[in-house]
Amino acid sequence: MAELILGPLWTLSVWVFCLGITGRIIAIFVRGFSRDHARARNSALPGSIVAIVRRNWQRPQFRQAGAFVLISGYMFHLGLLVLLFFAEPHAVFIEQHILGFGWPAVPHWAFILAGEFAFAGLLLLWLRRFVHPVVRLLSTRDNHVAAGLTFFAMLTGCLALLEYFEALRVLHVFAIELLMLYFPFSSLMHTFTIFVSRGSSGAIAGRRGAGI
Amino acid sequence: MKRFDQYNPDTSVEKGWQALRQRIDAQVSSAFTSCVHCGLCADACHFYAETGDPRYTPIYKLRPLRKLWQREHTLSGKVSAWLGLGEALGEADFAEWETLVYDSCTLCGRCGLACPLGVDIPALLRKQRTGFNAAGYAPEGLKGATKRAVETGSPMSVTWKALSAQIRHIEAETGLPIPVDQSDVQYLVMLSSLEIMGFPEYLASIARIFDHAGIAWTLSSQAFEATNSGVQIGDDDVARELLQRVFDTATELGVSHIISPECGHAYTAIRWESANLLGHDIPFEIVHIVELLDQLQREGRLHTEGKIDAHLTFHDPCDLVRKGGVVEEPRRILNRVADDFVESPDCGVTNWCCGGGGGVSANERAEDLRLAAFRRKKSQFEELGVSAVVTACVNCRNVLEEGLEHYEMDIEVLGLTELVAGHLVSEKTGTETP
Repeated sequence: MAELILGPLWTLSVWVFCLGITGRIIAIFVRGFSRDHARARNSALPGSIVAIVRRNWQRPQFRQAGAFVLISGYMFHLGLLVLLFFAEPHAVFIEQHILGFGWPAVPHWAFILAGEFAFAGLLLLWLRRFVHPVVRLLSTRDNHVAAGLTFFAMLTGCLALLEYFEALRVLHVFAIELLMLYFPFSSLMHTFTIFVSRGSSGAIAGRRGAGI
Repeated sequence: MKRFDQYNPDTSVEKGWQALRQRIDAQVSSAFTSCVHCGLCADACHFYAETGDPRYTPIYKLRPLRKLWQREHTLSGKVSAWLGLGEALGEADFAEWETLVYDSCTLCGRCGLACPLGVDIPALLRKQRTGFNAAGYAPEGLKGATKRAVETGSPMSVTWKALSAQIRHIEAETGLPIPVDQSDVQYLVMLSSLEIMGFPEYLASIARIFDHAGIAWTLSSQAFEATNSGVQIGDDDVARELLQRVFDTATELGVSHIISPECGHAYTAIRWESANLLGHDIPFEIVHIVELLDQLQREGRLHTEGKIDAHLTFHDPCDLVRKGGVVEEPRRILNRVADDFVESPDCGVTNWCCGGGGGVSANERAEDLRLAAFRRKKSQFEELGVSAVVTACVNCRNVLEEGLEHYEMDIEVLGLTELVAGHLVSEKTGTETP
């Protein structure tokens, strides 16, 4: 089983992940954005850039209602970012198997802190899907599967810290493979398409000189 | 382009789905791929904010379009459909969502501004309305307005004769001639039927201001209506027809500029959507009356005296401010004629909608919901303690007046153009332009 997970399944997962994401992004652009014939007040590009940057935080008028999501969201995403790229095993893996160069990993205490933030943020956001009437209505099976697979990957990652149990490391690799296989066909794609949706809306608003 | 003067839409459920299929482009695909169902758009919507009903969550109103996209444009949806799994596309989608799509959305755009993923929800809902209209699932009030707009030139069946009568009254009242069908002047002034019949002081104000500033302008007896029911109901053929009538007239008269009236959606339709609906550049400068007033003021051609004696605020029309980018212009004008002008914390691009945009005010069955949503405006005005509200959209003005009347609030509603005209210095200051 370990050979399958560390061998063919890993290769398959990587290919599905890379080709799936590429395919879905191409599929979006192939459908085409309508050309805006209206005489522009301003240019589109600055609008796109402003939207991509500015939507990282909320306007003061929306902050009160969105504070929970904003804080939980940043806890999860920043925590995950640190775990993904700066946890020592990951930094070593990226250097040895992907890029050929690396960067310093965060110290163990920072790794633990990032992990706690990521877990807390993810669980708070996931819990909200069950208790908030609006989000409960909106949430789809995909949202729960995506949250579940992410949680599974993070949990097995923590277990894999016990490096003397090889099986736990293999379990973590398996969790990552499931996540990679699911990723291109799910709402996890927002990791990449967020720039397209923000940028295209920002372009329209930018041309009009409207609110971004 | 197909031209017509009768409105007899051929609708069917299949035509509805087909219309939606045609509108699934990169904007729709990227939006639905990105949306993580965080629900932050809910609190930005006045219908949800005032009722607490989760069904009024903006992104939820897009479920039929999303369902189609999911089923036909994603691998999981295609596999499910192939296996005979998943929900089929049916008439129930239109029937169940019709009120959400037309009654509980004013296309105000506040939700889109709150979306952290940058999903332009009102743009998608505008696309979705084309499917609902093609399926025959649109409110009777809007269908009637659309039919009247196509067949009489006005969604309220205001004929040229009725406008002529108003013109005579205004000429008698102001002592100024109202130019009609004048060729080779600079500006073609467009109106809305609601202004003609409900707020004729707007046209009188235009006459006074343009006489004061030396503006060469005209009305057209062939096309005087700026509002566009086609945009509201989601019938792009109608929208194109109504716009083309305006541009044909402008071409015949040889004007260079078209002035959109104090009407938000008319401004969006003629300024921002017209070129895209017709598929080419529009060879006229199109400005909202507020933009022109601000320009005249900056050029020193608009001289006012005195200030209104009222503690007042400005209600930002969504189409003009949030979606149209005309934010500072009305404020610069207002500050010239008011010295007790206060702003709400939600002013400008994040202002709350009056509740009657996007055709909701023409949709009788939505009245109770609209008045419920108006509680948001009521709270805003109560917090500010104002005695007057100024706006630059006649539909907002009408909806505000109705809401204030309903909640028995003693607050006056004024049009910005009318307010400026009331404070003009007596002598002319402009130089007439040919």
